[in-house]
Amino acid sequence: MNQERNAAIAGIYEYPLRVAPGVSAIQIKAECIAKALEDAGLEWSDVDGLYDAQDGEGGGGLAVQHYMGFKPRVIDTTMVGGSSYEFHAAHALRDIAAGKVNVAVLSYGSNAASNRVAIGTGGRGTPLPTWQSNMEMPYGATLISNYAMVKHRHMHEYGSTDEQFAEISVATRYHAMRNPEAVKAMTDLEFVKVDNIDVSDVLESRIIADPLHLLECCMVSDGGGAVVIVSKDVARNIKKKPVWIIGTGEATKYLENGGDLTTSAAAQSGPDAFGQAGVRPDEIDIAMIYDSFTITVAVMLEDLGFCKKGEFGDFVKGGRLKFDQSGAPALNTDGGGLSSNHPGMRGIFLLLEAARQLRGESTSQVPDAKLALAHGNGGQLASTHAGGTIILARD
Amino acid sequence: MPNRPQPRFPEPHSQPYWEGAKEGKLLYQVDKDTGDVVFYPRLHNPKTGGRNLEWRESSGLGTVYTYSVVRQSAVPGFRELGAYSVAYIDLDEGFRMLSSVVGVDDPVNDIKIGMRVQVDFEKQDEGEYPIPVFRPA
Repeated sequence: MNQERNAAIAGIYEYPLRVAPGVSAIQIKAECIAKALEDAGLEWSDVDGLYDAQDGEGGGGLAVQHYMGFKPRVIDTTMVGGSSYEFHAAHALRDIAAGKVNVAVLSYGSNAASNRVAIGTGGRGTPLPTWQSNMEMPYGATLISNYAMVKHRHMHEYGSTDEQFAEISVATRYHAMRNPEAVKAMTDLEFVKVDNIDVSDVLESRIIADPLHLLECCMVSDGGGAVVIVSKDVARNIKKKPVWIIGTGEATKYLENGGDLTTSAAAQSGPDAFGQAGVRPDEIDIAMIYDSFTITVAVMLEDLGFCKKGEFGDFVKGGRLKFDQSGAPALNTDGGGLSSNHPGMRGIFLLLEAARQLRGESTSQVPDAKLALAHGNGGQLASTHAGGTIILARD
Repeated sequence: MPNRPQPRFPEPHSQPYWEGAKEGKLLYQVDKDTGDVVFYPRLHNPKTGGRNLEWRESSGLGTVYTYSVVRQSAVPGFRELGAYSVAYIDLDEGFRMLSSVVGVDDPVNDIKIGMRVQVDFEKQDEGEYPIPVFRPA
């Protein structure tokens, strides 16, 4: 294992509500930053690195540092959709190792549910025509249909089945039911059934875009969070146990003539991260993989090397992704985007729950957890997307 | 329907493609130096950066690489439609495009991955540009 300990997650906070009308996105960000700094035992004035996906209220990174009142020495406004926060963590490690930053802050806030944003079923309008929009707008593709096309091709090419995909929804719901904030989320968002589900529940839920069923699609919620990443010197004096970043990988992938849609950017970012971390997929205790849809997790389990391409179905069967089962890493132990929290860009929650697990604070705690992986996916899997992989270790 | 969103201009990459569609031609680009097929339309060959591209006309014959039938849509112009398909079509000349398979009774059961399809330029209720869609070949 990589023994370099340059940067650690020192403070975390997840906004507890999934329905928060009247609260603005930047207010959620500010509250989460304050609580994450408090969690680390650090001060507002300690922040010298700002990492932001420009999700606040206009003005991107400029508006955020102004509103917060930070005077950062490094400003990184990488925006690669839901994977932005894994990219930010990778960049924070790089900047801290280079001596440019001591206390880096990542934050996210969104009121997608209260604003009734049709993330999955709406179109992709652009104010001005682009080289892409003119080729795509006439066909009414939705974000869900984009991922659905990947699932269809995966089923065609490898013989994967709806039952196999449903295992992913079942495992994340099992974890969600143990997480009071996820239970409240599903209650406040008026889920038909706030309880454990089985494979037949998933298969009997209505089709949103063939072959994706409702219970294979993430929720649309409000929410947010913040992560504080610090240098090893700062990490010596924080309140909680440090969670070290030991490997990172970044990649993009896009539609290409003749390309394989069933392989994602994770096939590049994963080996980079595992190589730097000096660990193998079978050593990972917790896999926090962006569950926008079941197909996202399936493809990424394969691409990250947990199993071979096309074989996720065997790998996940019999509930092996549950935190109290063996044979596979525990998947999305907070309940995931499917059953706990998805305000549009879920990447930050992957880091939050991975850190909770390595501190021993999860509601579905894996005993003696040592290594966690967070893989964020941003954009649209079948057209243009980004993948960021972060590998985390406790002391 | 059909009343699909029209392409909008100025947009320099796709303008020749859509002028071709008006004449019933499905156009794509080829790098004259390397033979690489370039699609979506672009200024350069994304494999090399080379800019010696020319337009060619496709036969319009291809194969369904994958598809989805959208049952729930909030896209303006589509939300009232009922189930409609979106699909990636691999054209015989080697380019992949997003489109829709039409002309089947039941999109959920009648469209198959691997099925052969032929382009059709679907006239729209409004707008001067017909939209390239595909029918079973």
